[in-house]
Amino acid sequence: MAGHAAQLQETRPDPPVDPTPADHPVVDANGLSLVFPSPDGPVTALHDINLAIGRGDFVSLIGPSGCGKTTLLRVIADLVRPTGGAITVNGGTPEQARLDRSYGYVFQAPALYPWRTVIRNVELPHEIMGTARSDRRAKAEAALGVVGLEGFARKFPWQLSGGMQQRVSIARALSFDPELLLMDEPFGALDEITRDTLNLHLNRLWAEKHLTVIFVTHSIPEAAFLSSKIVVMSPRPGRIVEIIDNPLPPVRELDLRETPAFLEIAHRVRVALRHGQSYE
Amino acid sequence: MTTEVALHEPSRAADLGLRLRRAAQGRALPVATVLAAITVIWYLAAIGLNHDRAVDRLADADQAFTWSDVVGTAWSLERPVLPTPTQIAGNIWDNTVGVATSRYEDLPTAIERFFGHRRSLVYHTWVTLASTLVGFALGTALGILLAVGIVHVLTLERSLMPWVIASQTVPILAIAPMIVVVLGNAGLTGMWPKAVISAYLSFFPVTIGMVKGLRAADPLQRDLMRTYSATGAQVFWMLRWPSSISFLFPSLKIGVALSLVGAIVGELPTGAQAGLGARLLSGSYYGQMVSMWAALILSALLAMLLIAAVSLAEKLVIAARGGQP
Repeated sequence: MAGHAAQLQETRPDPPVDPTPADHPVVDANGLSLVFPSPDGPVTALHDINLAIGRGDFVSLIGPSGCGKTTLLRVIADLVRPTGGAITVNGGTPEQARLDRSYGYVFQAPALYPWRTVIRNVELPHEIMGTARSDRRAKAEAALGVVGLEGFARKFPWQLSGGMQQRVSIARALSFDPELLLMDEPFGALDEITRDTLNLHLNRLWAEKHLTVIFVTHSIPEAAFLSSKIVVMSPRPGRIVEIIDNPLPPVRELDLRETPAFLEIAHRVRVALRHGQSYE
Repeated sequence: MTTEVALHEPSRAADLGLRLRRAAQGRALPVATVLAAITVIWYLAAIGLNHDRAVDRLADADQAFTWSDVVGTAWSLERPVLPTPTQIAGNIWDNTVGVATSRYEDLPTAIERFFGHRRSLVYHTWVTLASTLVGFALGTALGILLAVGIVHVLTLERSLMPWVIASQTVPILAIAPMIVVVLGNAGLTGMWPKAVISAYLSFFPVTIGMVKGLRAADPLQRDLMRTYSATGAQVFWMLRWPSSISFLFPSLKIGVALSLVGAIVGELPTGAQAGLGARLLSGSYYGQMVSMWAALILSALLAMLLIAAVSLAEKLVIAARGGQP
């Protein structure tokens, strides 16, 4: 695992000149809101969102259904446009960040293309971005190595389990070395054992590759285990209730979840969630 | 010994029962059963329908005749109302192998006679097949182009779709002669009017199937393309087109069968020059039911062959895409 990550870094070009100063937040939302029309009148999906996400943060967005956590992620990715307030991604508009291909997005479902083999699914972003053919294959193979799927390159998606398919989609998001990883409940459909393994994988990836990750979840232990910052949200209207810093060391073991420090964080998240509910 | 036999007997019966059941589950037995039933009904119907003509002919001979004479004559009339399968098979044989083995001054070799002689059904089948294939290719291309336009331009869906549907409500028998005349004036004769009629019929299922197919990609797969800022052309070739393939082939199967119908219909108003449609027409002119049935059977076989070819192409494409439709 570590070896593969190192290998992937070797194939990287020299670190590019940082387009944003280190103190500039990767995502900066001020008074952000999104209202969309519906047959029953306008629905406020996001209300007065103020959030700054720094370089190297692992931010979890947690909350019950309808709290706008996925919508917020989609606004950052420029998959939907906000109707009010301001947001910057890498110092520019979300659209510019998307056109710069500065983030990788992992969806709730693997969203693999069933007619492509695993390796060709991972190569897809490179084909679109026009990476040279030889480079493409090498990068895709390295990314599959990172998620531990070297031996499955020639398989088709349907020949893989759900957990393996989701790992392919993570490899696809990582394969072009984006600075920012956006993940929308990527492990929601998986069993708990697979989810534990992938959480551990993701923690190592984040710690070793110095990624910035924004991670949507509805699992308190998952948020507490993975994050450096937990954003607790509440529905109707979708808003931020509390932002909780997680002081635990970046590299984490599954056993951590039994320690008092971890349970304390989980408890604070749970209280904040309950607090959000009591507004109704 | 006797006890052994007694012991074996039921097991053998069970074995036979099992085999019969297996055969029934397979295709062979049901198909054979239906075929046998059709054959029996056909011969009986031939007696019923040809009865009067057979009796007339026997009466002309001024001799006493029996019921079995009537049956025999009904099954072998030169101009029956309903020819028997034996007569049709004989006609097909005469007009394929028979032509090849006969002597004709103009065509010296058997192969030339088999494929090229005007009496050869193989020749007429080929004439029909050629315009079917050209029309099918034109129709498929037109159908896909229309679907691509409809999927990408919203106003085209509103403006074009009603016409696409209306085009198929007009009886092809009414339009076919007009197409032949109009294209004839433009100097296009022979295969082309027929191919255009085939295309007119076969583009429709392709358009309908592909409009659905080109929209079949799920929202996440489309969002993924957006996260990569893919261009419209990239979205089309890497997502829309591949996800439409499972809709394309069922449409092509309908399209190829309609192309054949179009080619045959197109041969009717051309004055019965060549092709299976011409054979059908000349058969009806001269009351030659046997040769009409022979042309009919050959066009049915041709349709089966064409659909089988599309199915084979579908299987190969699916296999190349990892075995998932």
